[in-house]
Order: sequence, then C-alpha cells, then structure tokens
Amino acid sequence: MSAALTIMIVGALVGASCGLVGSFLVLRRLALLGDAISHSVLLGIVLVFWATGSRSPILMAIGAGAVGILTVALVSWIQHTGIVKEDAAIGLVFPFLFAIGVVIVSRFPSQVHIDVDAVLYGEIAYVPLYRFEAFGWDLGTQAFWTVGTMLAIDILFVALLFKELKVSSFDAGFTAAIGMSPILIHYLLMAFVSATTVVAFDAVGAILVVALLIVPAATAQLLTQRLSHLIAISVFIGAASSIVGYWIARLIDGSIAGAIATALGLAFITAFMFSPSQGLIAQFARRSRQRRDFIRDLVVAHIAAKQTPVALNTLSEDFHWSADMTNRAINDARKLDRVELDGRGYLSIPGTSSQPNS
Amino acid sequence: MIAPALLGFDISWDATLRNVILGSLILGLMSGVLGSFSVLRRQSLIGDTLAHAALPGICLAFMLSGTRTNEWLLTGGLATGLVGIFVMMAISRWSQVKPETALGIVLSVFFGFGILLLTRIQHSNDAGQSGLDRFIFGQAATILPRDLVVMGIIAAISLSVVVLLFKELKVLSFDPDFAAAQGLRPGVTSSILAALIVGVVMMGLQTVGVVLMVSLLIAPAVAARQWTRSLSSMIVLSGAFGMLSGVLGAVSSSLGDRLPTGPMIVSVASVIVIISILAAPDRGILSRIQRRRDRARRMRDDLIQIDHQGRVIW
Repeated sequence: MSAALTIMIVGALVGASCGLVGSFLVLRRLALLGDAISHSVLLGIVLVFWATGSRSPILMAIGAGAVGILTVALVSWIQHTGIVKEDAAIGLVFPFLFAIGVVIVSRFPSQVHIDVDAVLYGEIAYVPLYRFEAFGWDLGTQAFWTVGTMLAIDILFVALLFKELKVSSFDAGFTAAIGMSPILIHYLLMAFVSATTVVAFDAVGAILVVALLIVPAATAQLLTQRLSHLIAISVFIGAASSIVGYWIARLIDGSIAGAIATALGLAFITAFMFSPSQGLIAQFARRSRQRRDFIRDLVVAHIAAKQTPVALNTLSEDFHWSADMTNRAINDARKLDRVELDGRGYLSIPGTSSQPNS
Repeated sequence: MIAPALLGFDISWDATLRNVILGSLILGLMSGVLGSFSVLRRQSLIGDTLAHAALPGICLAFMLSGTRTNEWLLTGGLATGLVGIFVMMAISRWSQVKPETALGIVLSVFFGFGILLLTRIQHSNDAGQSGLDRFIFGQAATILPRDLVVMGIIAAISLSVVVLLFKELKVLSFDPDFAAAQGLRPGVTSSILAALIVGVVMMGLQTVGVVLMVSLLIAPAVAARQWTRSLSSMIVLSGAFGMLSGVLGAVSSSLGDRLPTGPMIVSVASVIVIISILAAPDRGILSRIQRRRDRARRMRDDLIQIDHQGRVIW
C-alpha cells in the first residue's frame, strides 16, 4: 500500500468513528463536553506514558478513557454543587487538565515521540512508518489496525445499544421510567467518546479531534431529521472530509489535521447554504414564496370584499404598491383561477362577475 | 571573579523578568475584572471561541504583510475572531444547530484552519522562523517594552470604562430586563463589555496563548465568587487572583526551560480555584459539610428534646 493511500484510509476510519459517536454528542447537546474530553485526554495519554514508558494503544485508551470519565464527572460535580453554571464548569475543568498535560509533555526529553507538535497537529503523516508486526510477519500499518478496531468497537456499541441511545438522547425521563439508566448510558457513551478520541488523537492531535466529533454530526443535522440517516451522513462526512483534507494539505503543504478541520468547515458551510430542507437558500426561497402567496391572497381577498369588479389600474393605487408587484399578484391569482379579468380591464372573482351590482 | 558574572546575568535576567511580571500582571488584572462579568452573564465560553478564531487571522496577517509586530498580527487575529463570533451567531440564528454546537464548530474549524496556515508558513519559511507558534500556548518571555505600553493603554481604558459604567454593568449582569426597563440600554452596555473582552483576549494571546486564554477569563472570577457576595469586592478579588496567577505562572515558566507560559498560568489559576471551592467560608465545600453536620446534630438534639416533652415522634 502506498503511503498516501494508507494515510487516506486511516484518516477515513478516524473520521468515520468520530462521526459515529459524535452524532450522539451533538444530539444530546454535549458538543462542549466533547471539546473538554478531547483536550483532557492528553493528560491520560501523558500519564500512561510517564508511568509505563509505553505507547501501547490499549494502555493509552484506558488512561484516556479514565481521564475522560474524570472530566465528565468533575464537570457534573461542580455543576451539582451549584457553584458555577455548566459553561464555566467546563471552562474550569478542561483547561486545567490540559494545562497539566502540556506542562508534562514539554518536560519530556525531545527524542520522545510525544511532543507539543504531536498534540497540536497529530501524526497522521507518519502513520505509514509504524508497522504492526506479529509472529515475525509485517501485517501492515499499526494505525490501520488500531483505528479499524476502534471503529469496529464503536459500531458494535451503537448497534447493540441503539435503542437505549436513541431513547435516552431524546427523552431521559422516559428512559428512566422504562427501567433503563440514563446516567449509565451517558457515562458509557462518554467512555466510548474518550476512547475514540485517543485513537483519533494520534492521527489529528488533541484540539482538532473536536472538529471531527462535532462538525460531521452538525452538518448531518442540517440534511436530515431521521436519526439513522443522521448517523450515516455523519459517518460519511467524517470519512470524506478526512480524504479531502489530505489532498488540501498536499496541495498547500500544511498540516493534514488542520486541513481536515478546514474540509469539515467547508462541508458544514455548504450544507448550511444549500441544504434542500434547511439551507439558507431554501429558507430564503421559502420565505419569498410565502410572501408572494400572501400578496396574491391579499389581492383576491380585496377583490372579493368589494363585491363589484375592480378596475385593474386602480388596484396598485389601493394598495400603494408598484405596478410590477400588483401585476405579479394578479397573474399569480389568475393562474390559479382565483380571479378573472374581463375584456374591459375589470377583475372579479370567478362565478360572481356576471352580475355587476350597479 | 564571580560577582561581575552574576551581576551581568542578573541585569539581563531582570529586564526580561520585569517585562514578564508587568505584562502578566496587567493581563491577569484585566482578565480577572472583565471575566467576572462574563462568568456572571454565563457567556464565559465565548472568549474561548474568540481566542481560537484569532489564530487564522494572526497567520493571514503574517502572510499578507510579512510583519512580525504584535499590533498587526493581533489586529488580524481580532478580525477573524470577530468573524468567528459573527458566524457563530449566524449559525444558531439561521439553522437548527444549537448554540453550544455552533460554538464548538466555529472554535474547532477556525483553529484548524489557523493550524493549516501556520504549518504552511512554517514549511515555506525556514524552520518556523516566524515564531507564530508562540501564540498557541503563549510565551511570556517574548513580551517587549512596547507591548507593555499597548497593554497599559488598553488596561487603562478598560478599567476606566468599568468604573464609569459600573452601575450599568452591574444591572446588566444580574437583570438585563430591569436594565432595559430603567432605560440603561443593556444592548449598548453589553456591546461595550464585549469590545473590552475582545481587547483583553487579544492582549492575552501572546502571554497565555489561544488554547488556554479562556481559563484566565473564568478561573479568577469563579474563585473570587466563592469568597464574597458583593460584585465590587468580587471584581477586586478576581483582579487580584488574576494578577497572582499571571505573575506566578509567567515567572515560573520563564525560569524553567521549554515551559510554555499559558499552561503554567492556568495551573496556578486552577489551584486558586480548587482552594477557593474547598476552603471558602460560607460557599466552600468544607464549610458546607461542616454546616450539614451541625444541622444534623441540632436536629438530633431537637428530636430528643421533643421526646422528653412526651410527644411520640417515631
């Protein structure tokens, strides 16, 4: 496999797993908690490395999962004490954990593979260099196996608990009432978010993980109202943006992680503008159509209220409208046979026009 | 023999250290004072978006003009920071996307775009000579005397505005509807406050960095809130905590080797928060536990008393 293809495949797998768990984060309005987790997992990774000197993905995932859960627990504990509101609680917890992580990282000797650059930019460009070897065989890129396994576990998690996740995302009270524990599901989801974040962390760095968690799902939200479609679109956008991001990075010679975030931003803006149901253009078109319909109906109502045929040329004076506007309203109404125009230039409601009152 | 060498060392060390101390002092004071309002108004994370969204502007300013002076770089940062805030408001206004998601989208995408530009600059410029990466986690040692002048002017303006508009800011923080009813024009006040916060965030990018700047807006204010019930003393205390974190963090990072300033300042500020949350009288966790215990004991005593009067209570 060529290096470029390897990077794209690994990127797509990372994007897909983040898009998958991110859907539930966005639906549950936990986007900022995702932000917090993606920062604080750094501490978990660093501590595991510090304590064991190993970069084993399993140990890292466990360490980061633990710190992720700690973040969520600390935020909800601080909120629970009523000392500060949620936004400030998040803003207190993750900078602290992240700051400790960065301080420790910057104290590592420089030949160690974890450094501040890796935290920011990720190491997806170097992914093809690390091989996975077992029983003396080279089984391909290590990241391919790690990320692939994570994606498989995420898919399994969502598939097995789909009903629980769905119900608790929309109605926590109902979830409790039918005997499931919304809190347990919440922490489970957070554990999976944390673990996925670690795997993504290796590829795109701590700070840009949050782009992969939030943006695909938010983009999907603009395109569909169905949960299953939302998840599918989110996974697709996560994977596709990673591939597009790789090409952007090659084109302008910059960080792949930064380019992936940029590609995600472009995807979101595109959906924001052009989504057929909720895009700005669709909203604008809908509003101007409603306006036109309203003007048409107003003219019809006006003519109906007069009970006598109304002269075409007096109509725009009656409304203080421009001639264009009036003509368009009349044409719209005539197209629907709501009014008719006789030979003398008088407008009337069909079926009443033959008996002038005078 | 040793004395001149020590002396020489002391002098050069002192000049940098003096700038670092003064700069982080001003920054800590300002973010403590202004952060009090943004925490009370529950808008603390907007500063996070603003700071992250400034990164692409800093890089663009460098790419377009080749300048390295902080004023121009931060003007670029200011521009994209404001664009970021505008985009965030547009997203939550014009789509179903929730405000907190919009915040996360703008924050991460703008920052990612900034990283893309930054790496592009580093690759084309020989070996990161631009030094732009100092804006990510901050580097207090790069504060120059001219930066101090700019910071001092911004600080003087912001503090006078806070003093002059204290009544308006106070009402705005606690009851914007009442402010409107009293003709205090909360819209105008909140725009002025936003402008001041934008100023302090830009000021902080060099020292604390874009990633952790938000913490300096939140932590001192939250810590100060624990110790007092009055807004004016909260602001004074928050400014003091901010100064303390700024100075201790920045000085410790300039003493150590390869220690970015932002994380150090944030660590100090967070320790102050932890102490305040635990130990503050009245609102602190420890005193709450103590109170709960006292109440339980009193309750037990009361129950026994009632029992002695002959009532059947259990």
